[in-house]
Amino acid sequence: MEISNAHQEINITPELQARIDELLGHYPDDKKKSALLPVLHEVQDAHNNWLSIPLQDKVAEILGIKPIEVYEVVTFYTMYNQKPIGKFMFEFCRTSCCAVRGAESLMDYTCEKLGVAEGQTTADGMFTIVGVECLGACGYAPMLQLGDYYYEKLDRPKMDQLIEDCRAGKIDLHKLAIRE
Amino acid sequence: MARKILLEHANVPGIKTYEVYRQHGGYRSVEKALKSMTPDEVVEEVKTSGLRGRGGAGFPTGMKWSFIDKKSGKPRHLVCNADESEPGTFKDRFLMEYIPHLLIEGMITSSYALGCNLSYIYIRGEYMWVFRILETAIKEAYAAGWLGKNIMGTGWDLDLHVHCGAGAYICGEETALIESLEGKRGNPRIKPPFPAVSGLWANPTVVNNVESIAVVPWIVNNTGAEYAKIGIGRSTGTKLISASGHCKNPGVYEIELGLSVDEFMNSDEYLGGMMDDRPLKALIPGGSSVPILPANLIFKNAEGGDRLMSYESLSEGGFATGSMLGSGGFIVYNDTTCVVRNTWNFSRFYHHESCGQCSPCREGTGWMEKVLHRIENGHGREEDIELLWDIQRKIEGNTICPLGDAAAWPVAAAIRHFRDEFEYHVRFPEKIKNRDHFVNEPFEKVKHLVAKQAVI
Amino acid sequence: MGVRGLIDMKVTIDGQEIDVEPGTTILQAARKIGGESVPPAMCYYSKLKGSGGKCRCCLVEVSKGSEADPRPMPKLVASCVTGCMDGMEVKSISSERVLDARKSVTEFLLINHPLDCPVCDQAGECDLQNLSFKHGAAKTRFIEEKRTFEPENIGPNIQLHMNRCIVCYRCVMTADQLTDNRVHGVLNRGDHSQISTAISKAIDNEFSGNMIDVCPVGALTDKTFRFKQRVWFNKPYNAHRNCDKCCGKTTLWMFGNEIQRVTARKDEYHEVEEFICNECRFDHKDTADWVIEGPRKFEKDSVINQNNYTRHIKPVVIETEHNILLGRDKDRKKISMTGVPMKPEEQKVLKEGNV
Repeated sequence: MEISNAHQEINITPELQARIDELLGHYPDDKKKSALLPVLHEVQDAHNNWLSIPLQDKVAEILGIKPIEVYEVVTFYTMYNQKPIGKFMFEFCRTSCCAVRGAESLMDYTCEKLGVAEGQTTADGMFTIVGVECLGACGYAPMLQLGDYYYEKLDRPKMDQLIEDCRAGKIDLHKLAIRE
Repeated sequence: MARKILLEHANVPGIKTYEVYRQHGGYRSVEKALKSMTPDEVVEEVKTSGLRGRGGAGFPTGMKWSFIDKKSGKPRHLVCNADESEPGTFKDRFLMEYIPHLLIEGMITSSYALGCNLSYIYIRGEYMWVFRILETAIKEAYAAGWLGKNIMGTGWDLDLHVHCGAGAYICGEETALIESLEGKRGNPRIKPPFPAVSGLWANPTVVNNVESIAVVPWIVNNTGAEYAKIGIGRSTGTKLISASGHCKNPGVYEIELGLSVDEFMNSDEYLGGMMDDRPLKALIPGGSSVPILPANLIFKNAEGGDRLMSYESLSEGGFATGSMLGSGGFIVYNDTTCVVRNTWNFSRFYHHESCGQCSPCREGTGWMEKVLHRIENGHGREEDIELLWDIQRKIEGNTICPLGDAAAWPVAAAIRHFRDEFEYHVRFPEKIKNRDHFVNEPFEKVKHLVAKQAVI
Repeated sequence: MGVRGLIDMKVTIDGQEIDVEPGTTILQAARKIGGESVPPAMCYYSKLKGSGGKCRCCLVEVSKGSEADPRPMPKLVASCVTGCMDGMEVKSISSERVLDARKSVTEFLLINHPLDCPVCDQAGECDLQNLSFKHGAAKTRFIEEKRTFEPENIGPNIQLHMNRCIVCYRCVMTADQLTDNRVHGVLNRGDHSQISTAISKAIDNEFSGNMIDVCPVGALTDKTFRFKQRVWFNKPYNAHRNCDKCCGKTTLWMFGNEIQRVTARKDEYHEVEEFICNECRFDHKDTADWVIEGPRKFEKDSVINQNNYTRHIKPVVIETEHNILLGRDKDRKKISMTGVPMKPEEQKVLKEGNV
């Protein structure tokens, strides 16, 4: 197992704890393990988008389950990051429907522009680029996921703009408002 | 204009909010069901409607409901499968994003029919903004008294929550979904027992697709018999089709089942023909798992009859010359598409998404991907085509859950209908070095090279 | 066959009839019959709740569902998790489909499995070896690079060789069901699924050694026995001791007077009769610690039996000595043939080349 030993400051803020409590309330009292997936999302969002082993242990403690039960889940699902990632992670869908509409060349373009290979993070820690499997936006290809949102029907100018917006601090990864 | 049942109000400004949804007749089905119908009467209406599960398998929804174990006295649960992940499919997301209350209304009415007091919507984690939309909508429904204790003074309680996954196609399989909802890895369970007897937390559970549940309000309001009048034969009602690939107007469409594939593909009301007017090469009518059809079998079946958008017509000819309606993921490919590359792409997907529990799928999906990757990259051997055929044959039917079949079928269909392209890749490795080999030189133009080389 | 009770069900497997109680699986019924019809099982383990269904080795064909519903089942079913019905007819080795499926599963299990049997401590008592012997092909069709995993140290008693694992989940269930603090599990997914603690933690509880016994392959072996002996050179003895943690009934694997390994007692399906504690397994390698009951018999065909001293060994008399010698004489003449017809370049290769 490849485990990241990078340090991660653990901070379960009152807001985060309140959100965790809300999620726990969605399941019967003796079935708190059920909240594991949603709780991991919230905890990850609040911790620079990755889950170190100590943080996973903390989640196990909160839910009253064994640490291995958390590790099993974190390693099964692709959305949990087990090592530090860039501030902005571009997840390009590259499954068939996107691939035939230019996803691969758009990803190549972005990699070249940012000077990294697929799966890597830029030296300044700003961007990570990964190719992922179908995100369910097949008709709006090519597209990528960034934080909680999809950016669809992309082309090179839009990609350039998105990178600019990220750099300019205009992109909010987890804003709670409903997008119109 | 065709009849709209699900998307009737999709374009009404503000329909996402409770007030506007209610003004447009929202939550009437809850009122009608709770005030004037018994739960069993609701089940009967759904049975009469002939509604078939919209997630892909097409199993009659009413019948599925009637299997739920009511004798044990255990709590029952309705779980909505919103883990939409079948490549080519994005219809449920559209529905939930634009008319979230329709799904919530459907969940309430359906939970009433099944006698549930605690129900969940399981949405894929990537649809995080839709998750938030649903959370907001559920709060509105609680505030308006459609959820919670003693709904409409009937004494019936219902709690409804939305639960998010975290990136696993396999959680669309209903028992894997239940495992995931219990906070575990998405490993499909061995059946039996079926969820109707032992599902979520070992309680009787029904798992239904978003679209199946969202249509229940209309059925309750207008009767199952009215619903059954729409469509053709055993394919009743309307269906959301998500269109992608090389068509002119990709997107989500609501069609009456029985519409001809030709009209759906070529009329301006729907896909408007091919992007850039390039020739149509192949079609996957029901999501990545169903067999790909070559151009000559798309608009007509093997007997020359019109191919229709229905469960029956799309599967005419079996796997030899037909396909399936599946989840309605309509993927269009033009002549620049390389079928070998595309099949490798799907194999990579299934390899990536295999849970790893059972041997044929865990080992076989990876093997197929590797062989296809070799062929696509010019390192194929003549015997690899037979090898691929044999691997897919050995996975199919031998796995715990349908992911094995879903991984095997696209490979089988590609070899069945496009064998010459595989041979071309094996015999002319120099010509396929570029990723876009058929963009520059469509296969039609080089096909003769393979024909000349026909095996003696 | 006993007297048929009122609730007994009649099941036929490969034409052999048997009465079973409701709740019996096809595999259990087949084991009651015994012999060649018993499907192989790599993941099912009768002592572990919830095991089975995963490896797909035990697939059988149900040619008649039951008396009440005689329709055949369309797909092959995993016999270890499929319950018998009254009047059910099952085909195991009498079905071509079943044999083909077993071959397929065997091939799948082997494509990524290392060919390290010569240095594997499980060799000789490995279920995968037995499975490949019966259902494996002589040649591999897998030309890609095999999948490998980084080694992980899980403590002083148990050796984990993830490359050999077939992900049967037995060891995970053992930890779940024998202890209340499981520290290992299946991590990652698909063909990267692996047994791991994630943090290289020692798997250290009083019953952890049972993970070794339940492992069908060489993924979990006894570290204290590592590279000590080929199992077929050990002489197994049943022995017991008074133990306050477990039944204390074990098999000692002796070499001369040395106890090289202690395991639980295993039945003909390689399942332990009773689980034992780590103290019995790892801490008592002195014969004085044990009451030795006598040599252990093995019912199942296995390489261990080949040298088995518990069987009566007949002196070997070579009755065809004369004929063999005659044959050899002929061979000698063939080999020493003066001129093998060869082309000049072949002769050159023979003389100069590195043949």
